[in-house]
Amino acid sequence: MTTDTADLTRLATPPTFQSVSGARKFKNGLATAAVWGAFLVAIVPLVWVLFIVVQRGLPIVVNADWWQKSLNGLLSRQQGGGVYHAIYGTLVQGLVCAVISVPIGLMVGVYLVEYGGRSRLAKATTFMVDILTGVPSIVAALFVYSLWITTFGFGRSGFAVALALVLLMVPVIVRTTEEMLKIVPDELREASYALGIPKWKTIVKIVIPTALSGILTGIMLALARVMGETAPVLVLAAYAPYINYNLFDGPMASLPLLMTTERSNSTAAGFDRIWGAAITLVIIITLFNLLATVVSRVLAPKTK
Amino acid sequence: MAKRIDVKELNLYYGKFHAVQEVSIAVPPRNVTAFIGPSGCGKSTVLRSLNRMHEVAPGARVEGSVQLDGEDIYASSVDPVQVRRTIGMVFQRPNPFPTMSIKDNVVAGLRLAGTKNKKQLDEVAERSLRGANLWNEVKDRLDRPGGGLSGGQQQRLCIARAIAVQPDVLLMDEPCSALDPISTLAIEDLITELKKDFTIVIVTHNMQQAARVSDQTAFFNLNGVGQPGRLIEVDDTEKIFSNPSQKATEDYISGRFG
Repeated sequence: MTTDTADLTRLATPPTFQSVSGARKFKNGLATAAVWGAFLVAIVPLVWVLFIVVQRGLPIVVNADWWQKSLNGLLSRQQGGGVYHAIYGTLVQGLVCAVISVPIGLMVGVYLVEYGGRSRLAKATTFMVDILTGVPSIVAALFVYSLWITTFGFGRSGFAVALALVLLMVPVIVRTTEEMLKIVPDELREASYALGIPKWKTIVKIVIPTALSGILTGIMLALARVMGETAPVLVLAAYAPYINYNLFDGPMASLPLLMTTERSNSTAAGFDRIWGAAITLVIIITLFNLLATVVSRVLAPKTK
Repeated sequence: MAKRIDVKELNLYYGKFHAVQEVSIAVPPRNVTAFIGPSGCGKSTVLRSLNRMHEVAPGARVEGSVQLDGEDIYASSVDPVQVRRTIGMVFQRPNPFPTMSIKDNVVAGLRLAGTKNKKQLDEVAERSLRGANLWNEVKDRLDRPGGGLSGGQQQRLCIARAIAVQPDVLLMDEPCSALDPISTLAIEDLITELKKDFTIVIVTHNMQQAARVSDQTAFFNLNGVGQPGRLIEVDDTEKIFSNPSQKATEDYISGRFG
């Protein structure tokens, strides 16, 4: 008798599980390659920009004078001096803008999520905020120019810049606040109502604190964003190489404005100032982002 | 403390949808009343109408009357915030305030109503946590976040938070449905304890639970999807589970139902 050994070893039923099919392996490989490729395409320019800014700017800013002095009295080809005047302008314009925008944006966001519902006013507000989000900074600057300077007759000043930045910052804060308040579960609101806590107190003491870390992150990012805006400072403030503490009158420098002004300076000193100001702006914005991360870590709801 | 509730000809709506039809029920003080019935029959909706939480949903509407010791909580002169302060609620999923510590969660109701006296708040926190059988488990970590507790502990924390404002009535909307059997047992024991001081209304999908903890049971049902829910019968728990007067009730509790 001859027994077919193959028959004896073969299973009665085919196995339930098979190895991953070739087509799926191929698609998986293709998708992996695409994701990695996209990652590289995104990361290369970022690293490149940072590298060049650091390479050209770092030697300039490692200097105490850079952070403490202005360019007052220096000729355009003269090395030395610092950008204290521009750092001051950038920070003050940004902070004044934040002081105006944060309450407005926060309250509009609270209205839209907690009170507006599907009312007409809420819909109209959302629509306006959407439009404002898309307004280019040059348009915001020209609007403030025509209103504040041409119509009301005020001069060009740091404050006019702050007003234009407000137009750019408010919609971002409204959006962030809205998104953050929306992800606070309704169960928390109901738990608060069920304790006999009125609605406004529920919002102020329960809902906003729960969403605060996200809202603050959004505010910090928006602030970092507007501090780098160039169009408003070009249109609304004249450049001054000296320190002007007065936000409401006279020319006032800021880092973006200093960079555009020095672009017409073809000497080595001008070159240094541009790259120095660039890395200074990057450092300031990085500090704000770090601050946002720390603050939101501290404020985030904890479980431990 | 502990007041009675009389619901008369209550109709509840969500926008155009008629959710609950003609419910009349009396809840005696210091007593546990259980609401049972299939999903969608409106038992949670009725429960939420007892402390005016129903109207929080957009478009929600109430007709009929709910009286607390003879006072209509839906009278136009009544402030819903005060109603909710008098009639507390515990929800299906534990929902401690995530930004607050265990102690702050318990005293949130008092503190946000303006009590600042630290000694008084400490006393209330301890009393409420003891009342919720949680004190021994958390007394050493009162300043830790409430979100770090287990599900069963969180639910007892929510009960402590609800009883801290000393309500007259405690409403519980499926308080054990997200909990394991041991935590469920802890909550059920607690309900029996709380009955001495509070009027309790509990919605539950667990009929054994209704039989174990309640004195009175109300069975809700609906004729079909999209139809309003109705109260079929309400009676002593013992009678409902041994000899109900309606056939629908018997079918439901014996499992011969949908």
